[in-house]
Formats: sequence, structure tokens, C-alpha cells
Amino acid sequence: MEHLKFDFAGAHAPQNFKAILVGVVGSGNLEVLMEPGADPAHCTISITTSARGFGPIWEAVAQNFHSQHQLAGVAISINDMGATPAVVSLRLDQAAASLSFTAGPAL
Amino acid sequence: MMAPDRIWNTQAQSRARRLARAAEALGKSEIGLRGKQVAADDTVKLLTAVLECGDRVCLEGNNQKQADFLARALTQLDPAQVHDLHMVQSVLALPEHLDLFENGIASKLDFSFSGPQSARLAKMVSAGRIQIGAIHTYLELFARYFVDLTPRISLVCAQAADAQGNLFTGPNTEDTPAIVEATAFKGGIVIAQVNEMLDHLPRVDIPGDWVNFVILAPKPNVIEPLFTRDPAQISEIQVLMAMMAIKGLYAEYGVQRLNHGIGFDTAAIELLLPTYAESLGLKGKICQHWALNPHPALIPAIEAGWVQSIHSFGSELGMENYVSARSDVFFTGADGSLRSNRAMSQAAGHYACDMFIGSTLQIDLNGHSSTATAGRIAGFGGAPNMGADARGRRHASPAWLKAGAQARQGRGGVHAMPRGQKLVVQIVETFREHMQPAFVETLDAWKLAEQAKMEIPPVMIYGDDVTHILTEEGIANLLLCRTDEEREQAIRGVAGYTPVGLARDKRMVENLRDRGIIRRAEDLGIDKRQATRSLLAARNMRDLVRASGGLYNPPKRFRNW
Repeated sequence: MEHLKFDFAGAHAPQNFKAILVGVVGSGNLEVLMEPGADPAHCTISITTSARGFGPIWEAVAQNFHSQHQLAGVAISINDMGATPAVVSLRLDQAAASLSFTAGPAL
Repeated sequence: MMAPDRIWNTQAQSRARRLARAAEALGKSEIGLRGKQVAADDTVKLLTAVLECGDRVCLEGNNQKQADFLARALTQLDPAQVHDLHMVQSVLALPEHLDLFENGIASKLDFSFSGPQSARLAKMVSAGRIQIGAIHTYLELFARYFVDLTPRISLVCAQAADAQGNLFTGPNTEDTPAIVEATAFKGGIVIAQVNEMLDHLPRVDIPGDWVNFVILAPKPNVIEPLFTRDPAQISEIQVLMAMMAIKGLYAEYGVQRLNHGIGFDTAAIELLLPTYAESLGLKGKICQHWALNPHPALIPAIEAGWVQSIHSFGSELGMENYVSARSDVFFTGADGSLRSNRAMSQAAGHYACDMFIGSTLQIDLNGHSSTATAGRIAGFGGAPNMGADARGRRHASPAWLKAGAQARQGRGGVHAMPRGQKLVVQIVETFREHMQPAFVETLDAWKLAEQAKMEIPPVMIYGDDVTHILTEEGIANLLLCRTDEEREQAIRGVAGYTPVGLARDKRMVENLRDRGIIRRAEDLGIDKRQATRSLLAARNMRDLVRASGGLYNPPKRFRNW
């Protein structure tokens, strides 16, 4: 198991939302949980992954996700069982697509 | 003045001598020769009689059906009597195909594909046991049968024969007509193994006077279901990529005539036609005509009325009854069963299709794509014929014209002439199994070329034929790139988190995206939440059987319910 944590300053805070869960913890897959975060100006991403040694790729995936969505006030937890970056990005985008904003990025 | 002593029919004389030797050898056996039928036990005797050292021999090894009994018999010849055969066959699928070289019976090889034998082939080549003439595409090898690689002896495979030597191939006609035509009309001898002898054939696929001997094989020939993809194994990423293909390519260009590769990526597209593509109002506007084997994954689309015609290279096990019951769609004989023909379908795929879409193992920064890996000499079969612009094509279609216009837009000189181009799409996930990147700086093909002393690296699809690369990250339209640098960044821009993708020039990639050279799912208006397996028209093998109204009968290994 490897634990990684990223913290970004964001711009778009979703309207009051309940926790969003997408994906499943299974081989080659992962679950993404999006919850209201403690810091209204930041987005945190905590990752628990079964595959060691992919830190730089996780960082790139997290950064890319953040530069696309600029979320704020969101805490993301990821439970990963060796998903490819493609699956990780898909799950993150699927979760983000379920958020609603007063005036946010059009999806 | 004619030269007085030149003999002009040495090949015919040689054939007559060989046939006389065969008649003599078989005459002495217990059963002898009954019409054209030779007893299975006399096969080695027959082969020894007709073969001569150095002969070019086509042993029908196809993509799917195999003349396996004749292959085994050929390995049993005495290398002291018969040696240095030059094998010219499309596929090396059976161990016997290489045993021939190990036993010292054959020494030279010209072929197209060696999937299951590729590792052993590479070893034998580097040990000097096999001399490879060249690796061809299917159509290219068939073409050479009629120019400089004409077989002297062909050992082919059919479902049934009658006493006159007429052959019924059943749905898997595949290479047989091309092989037999080249051999029978150029002084050669054709020997067929069959699964049954019949008084009346359901139909004649090969006329009897092109065939010299038929042998009832003790067991039915080996045949592989190569085109069956269990929908249960299709991932959500493949669903997402299929959505992008349908919206960003099929709809964009109005692709009506096409060929699909055999992977799960394209199976996902087939299964999204009656669902996602239908929801986009594309029925009748795309995918009506195909050069394709009877893919079980296409059943739901056929049943929903999407498909007008399919011509096939070969058949697919379990699809026989379904094909017979859908003769408006498939090419079938008077007996009701499929008539496939690899040479004709390859020509159809090359000249009459507007799009090829298939997967690969590696793509480099120029867009060259290859499935060659170090330590394996596999070849590419038909993919390079499908995945190449047909330079000789002269008829227009909307998809072809649009691709050509994009490639020529703003260019002068020789490029100013209006002309179309085939859409050649490589569809890959950026990482394959075990996190192997699909995008690389240098193809493994270079290393393999060095190992196997090839004259050129084995490239499946050349970069200048590839028009689009589709990954989970987006579609790169290479038609619109104007410099090598743009092309490289367009490729890096869809290469995801592979080292090649991470090394992109972000500003340039964003610029390419603004110009529509790179398009992401969101640029195409695709909601990624829709990318779930529930979008597949069939989610497992049982669904496919149900969709066929019980006509599809999958082989046992796919019956997992």
C-alpha cells in the first residue's frame, strides 16, 4: 500500500453537495469519494493505492484534474486497486460531472 | 528465326512426370487411387512421389482453417529424399509449420502472419534454421503467387469433396481460391484434405479439374474462432473510446463503408451502434457496408437494421446458422452457407472502404504503428492492406473527400489537386496491460529488424497513412497537421500519462486543441457519466445469443453461463 496526498488552491466551490461515490474497489479499478472539504478555498486528494512506485503519474493525474476543474472546498479520497491512469481520470471526471455550480465550468 | 532447341512446356512435362510417379506409387498400394481420392494412409507416399527438392510449396495455413493433416504428413517425409522446400503460405499457425524446417525438409519461407508461432520462428531464424524471403500482407503474398512465388505443389483444405475432385469449402473458403488458381494454371499440383466425401456437394467452391488429389482426413481440420470477443470483458474506458470514435469520427466524416480490427476496442464500437449511435440519430448515416468477418459483436447492430452488407475474409465458428438466416446481409451460396474469400475481401477493404480502425501495441512520435516486439517475428496479416490509403482509388465518397480535403487544405503544388484519402484510425489505450505504454520514442520494430537481420523495420501501419489516433484522452487528427513538430505534439497530446505524453509542450497542445487538431471527449460534447457498460447493446455472450434469436451458437469455451 502507498499513501499519497495532494493539496491545491482552487476557484470553483460546488454548491452544497452530498458525498459522491463512483467506481468500485476491484482489480484494475478504484473508487472515488468526493465530499465537502474542510478548507473552502482548497481541493485535497488523498490516495491509497495497491501499486507502489507510481507517485509521479498520480501527481500528474491529480494536477491535470485540478487544472481542468479548479475545484475548491472539496475533499477527494481514492481507493485504488491498480487502475490505469485512464480509469483514474475517467472516475474523477465522472464524479466531477455530478457536481453542480451556481456559475461554474460548463461540462 | 525460332531457337530450335528450346522446350516451351517444361512445367507441363514436369507435372505429367510427377502425376505418373504418383499413379505408380499409389497403384502399388492396397487401396490405390479411386478417382482422385487417395487413402489417408498413402499421403506420405503421395507427397514423396510428387515433390522435388527445392519446390515452392503452399501448405494452406490460413488465419482460421488449417490443412493440419497434410501439414503433419509433410513433416513425415524423409529429408534425404525431399529437402530445401520453399514454403509460401499466409499463416504459420501450427507447430508442424516450423517442424518442417527443424526436420530439414524446408529451408525458405515467405509468409504473412505467424501469431502463435512467432517466438519460435524468431529463435529459428536467429539460429539460421529458416531463411525468410519476406513478410507480406495477405493480398501482397497472394499477388506474388501470380508473379514470382507461384506454388508448384499446394496442399489445401476443404469441408468436402466428390469423386471428381470438386471441393466444397463451407463458410471458411478463406485463401483456397487464390492458392488453387495460382497453382492449377501454372503447371502445379493441388492436393486437398477434406472432412467428408460426398456424392453431391452442397455447392462447388473449387472446380474439380483444378484439383489433382483429395484425401479424406481422419479428423476434421483445425479451425480457430479468432473474431469472438466476449462483451463481458469490455471496459468502461473502451466504452468511452467507442463513444468518441462514433461521435468524433464516424459521424464527423459520415463513414458508410469500413473495416474493423479484431480487438475489444472495436467490438465496443459495434455494440454501441444500436444504443449510443442510435441516440445520436446516426442510423442509416454510418456503418452500412462492411468488409468484416461475421463478428458476433455486430449481431445487435444487424438485428437493429444498421447493416446492409458484409463481405467476409473467413467465417467465425458458431455464426453459421445466423449468417445463413441473414442472406440479405452476408454473401452466401445457393446452399445457404457463407462464401468467404480472403483475397476478395482484402481487395474490398483496401479499395472500397472509407475507413479502417484497429488497435496496435506501439505508436511512435511520427505515428508509425507496429505490433512487432523483440523476440517475436509475427507479421501483420491483412492490417496493412486495410490500414493504408488506397493510392489507386479513383471513386469518390463523402468520407473520402472530406479526409482528403483536410489533408490538402491550404497546400499548393502537387497537393492542390482535389483527391480523397482513406481514414486510417489507430485506437489504443495509452497504457496497455502491466502499465506498458502504447506510445514510445522508438518502436521495438527497430530492435527486431536488427535481431532478425530484416531489411526494414516491420511497421504495421506507416505514419503517413495514419489519419487519426484515438485514446481515452482524445482524438489527434493528423490530417490537419502541417509540420513534423505539430504532428509530434498532436500525438503527445493524446498520449496520456505515458512518458511520451508527459513530455508534451503544453502550450502547443492547447493550441492544437483550439484548432480542432486535438479533440477531447468534452470538446465532442460527450458526458463521461454515460461511459458505462450499460451502454453496450450486449453485455455478455448470452446477450449475443439472445439478440440473434438463438441462431448464434458460440463455441464451448465462450459458453460461460
